[in-house]
Amino acid sequence: MKRQRILFTGVGGQGTLLASRLLGEAAMAEDMDVCVSEVHGMAQRGGVVESTVMLGGITGPIISDGEADVLVSFEPLETIRALPKCSTGSVIITNTVPIEPFTVKLGQADYPDVEQWIDFMRENYPVVKALDADSLAREAGTAKAVNVVLIGTLAALQVLPVSADRIRDTIERTVKKKFVEANLRAFELGFNAASNA
Amino acid sequence: MHPLLSDDPGRKMLLLGNEAIVRGAVEAGMAVAASYPGTPSSEIGNNLFQITQDRESGIYFEFSTNEKVAMEVTASASAAGLRTLTCMKHVGMNVASDVLMTLAYIGLRGGMVIVCADDPSMHSSQNEQDNRYYAKLSGLPLLEPTSPEEARDMTKAAFDLSEELGLPVILRTTTRTAHVRGPVPLGPIASERRRNGRFEKTPMRWVPVPAVARMRHKALLEQQEKATALADKSPFNRISGRGDIGIVASGVAACYVQDAMAELGCADSVRFLRLGFSYPVPEGLFTSFLQGLRKVLVVEELEPFQEEALRVVAHRNSMDVEILGKASGHFSRLYEFDPAHVRNTIASVLGMDVKAPDMPDLSGIPQLPMRPPTLCKGCPHRETYNEVKEALTAIGVVDETVYPTDIGCYTLGMLPPIGMADYLLCMGSSVGASSGFSIATDQKIVSFIGDSTFFHSGISSLCSAVHNQHDFCLVILDNSTTAMTGHQPNPGISLRPPGYEKPRIAIEDVVKGCGVTQLYKINPYKKAESVDTLRQALSQSGVTVVIAEAPCVLYYKRVGGNRS
Repeated sequence: MKRQRILFTGVGGQGTLLASRLLGEAAMAEDMDVCVSEVHGMAQRGGVVESTVMLGGITGPIISDGEADVLVSFEPLETIRALPKCSTGSVIITNTVPIEPFTVKLGQADYPDVEQWIDFMRENYPVVKALDADSLAREAGTAKAVNVVLIGTLAALQVLPVSADRIRDTIERTVKKKFVEANLRAFELGFNAASNA
Repeated sequence: MHPLLSDDPGRKMLLLGNEAIVRGAVEAGMAVAASYPGTPSSEIGNNLFQITQDRESGIYFEFSTNEKVAMEVTASASAAGLRTLTCMKHVGMNVASDVLMTLAYIGLRGGMVIVCADDPSMHSSQNEQDNRYYAKLSGLPLLEPTSPEEARDMTKAAFDLSEELGLPVILRTTTRTAHVRGPVPLGPIASERRRNGRFEKTPMRWVPVPAVARMRHKALLEQQEKATALADKSPFNRISGRGDIGIVASGVAACYVQDAMAELGCADSVRFLRLGFSYPVPEGLFTSFLQGLRKVLVVEELEPFQEEALRVVAHRNSMDVEILGKASGHFSRLYEFDPAHVRNTIASVLGMDVKAPDMPDLSGIPQLPMRPPTLCKGCPHRETYNEVKEALTAIGVVDETVYPTDIGCYTLGMLPPIGMADYLLCMGSSVGASSGFSIATDQKIVSFIGDSTFFHSGISSLCSAVHNQHDFCLVILDNSTTAMTGHQPNPGISLRPPGYEKPRIAIEDVVKGCGVTQLYKINPYKKAESVDTLRQALSQSGVTVVIAEAPCVLYYKRVGGNRS
């Protein structure tokens, strides 16, 4: 099986860990070798939260610069911050809705121009999907499902050996019962958004 | 039933390293566990806590007030014949080390596993000490897993090993083995879980007065020899491949080596020693491994622990082998490893070329705003900090006030715009450090400590400060939980997890019991009143304590309503 490295990045509280875990559970259900890394502790208090999913027999959980096959980012500033992890062959999926860090208000640095950087990505990487995952999550019935919207988009691209049905099934098995329906809707909205994002 | 208790051998679960350790303990028939939370070990205690909410589990677990207490609780239960486990972060071992060093002498009867989780790169810690040295310092056996499945296997094996040697076994993880998820095929759960122990009095064994301690130290060295023989033939120490170049690695570094060799296609042409039972030094194994090698690359995070051990073995056997690692500059003693660096280093030792990934020109990326972790929206600590600042401003000493701080969410008060954390050593240090500053300077001293940290190691220093007549104001930020590590209970909590019926010890009573007479309480959400009270408190001299009482907002949302 192809060795693949998937990097998830976002802001503490966005559900990054649930996204990587969903993908990991789905891969395990397909009987694949999988290794998922998570960040716990201090970073979860509004800091940058990165997680990874490694497929195809990779056993180490960290992704070095230029080695992410897929980047799934929940926040555009974090997408830009994670670009050094990508190569000219990387697939990028990014939410377009900024969460401004408090350091911007303190005048430490400006929030980058999101449009400009998405254009840069479209010019330099083979597959770039940029979408307003927040709106789609709200449309699905829960603002918290940004993570599942983006997993839906990832599934639609068919770059990983994990099928969309397997992920749907994993959502049903792992998400709390009362949120399953909204999450499945979020998955479909993200899935359908892939064709025009 | 808790999923980690499911008796479904063969089924695969995607477990976190920490969850796999709990599963291993359940499979091994562990009966008693105790812990003080600390990242990256916290999920072990959290899962044990949840498991024991089910009375059918047959397991006893407690959050003790600190790591030393937790190790004493488990050590004595082991002396009474039960299988026990304690877990802590690497710096927690410093707190428990007083127990550890003598526990190694007196030993135990029921198997005991001490899990310590190191944090290379300091993702959530104040230092990156390499706790493998605690194995060497205490003379205890050390196991280091590389994956969740191995974490389960090693935990299970550690109980048997512990009973075979009559010594506790240290299971050392790092952030990248504790917080990694992987498939773990469940094993059978122990059919027998011994819950009722009996302590057989043998003072010449269990009471290390000098005469006994002298015998026990000798006994420890004898057991160490046995442990060396066991490490030599342990299935956790594996050699693969052939050739005249060798690699030695353990923990997550062994994963990077395995991945690199697969990608470089050199797995057969390199002799790779993957170490899992890594102390006592498996001297026999090292000797046979080094035989016929021209060069050995040692890949280990943090200190040159195995590198130096290999050097000793090579020297003792007069072997002419070049040992590469930290001393040769191939790897750093700083921070966790980067897999590409491990791969490139292996390639350079083997004389292979590696193609760097093709990347777009990213030089146009501007300086990006940082996103440090921050106090949550609505966090009561933020209110308290602002009120203290306002009160100090009103008194006219805000510019010269020193703020010793402590370990918890509130350490984030270091960041602007709050900027009220000036000095920190370890858990509980705010109180002792305030004493020192008050002796050495005329500056106003206002220090901060959380409720759980106060119980952990603030109490004896507060007694010391009162008795020695120091001059500072200690603000106890009582949010009714151990928030940073995931909301574990502590003796002072008024906000309780469902079904938690242990008695409460009010911080106020403890503070009074420490001899503090200038004691104030505020509700940080009532700003005007709080600032007023703080102005009074901060105008006092001598030891003054202010308890700022308001629950953690995240925790309140989760268990709101269960207030005692």
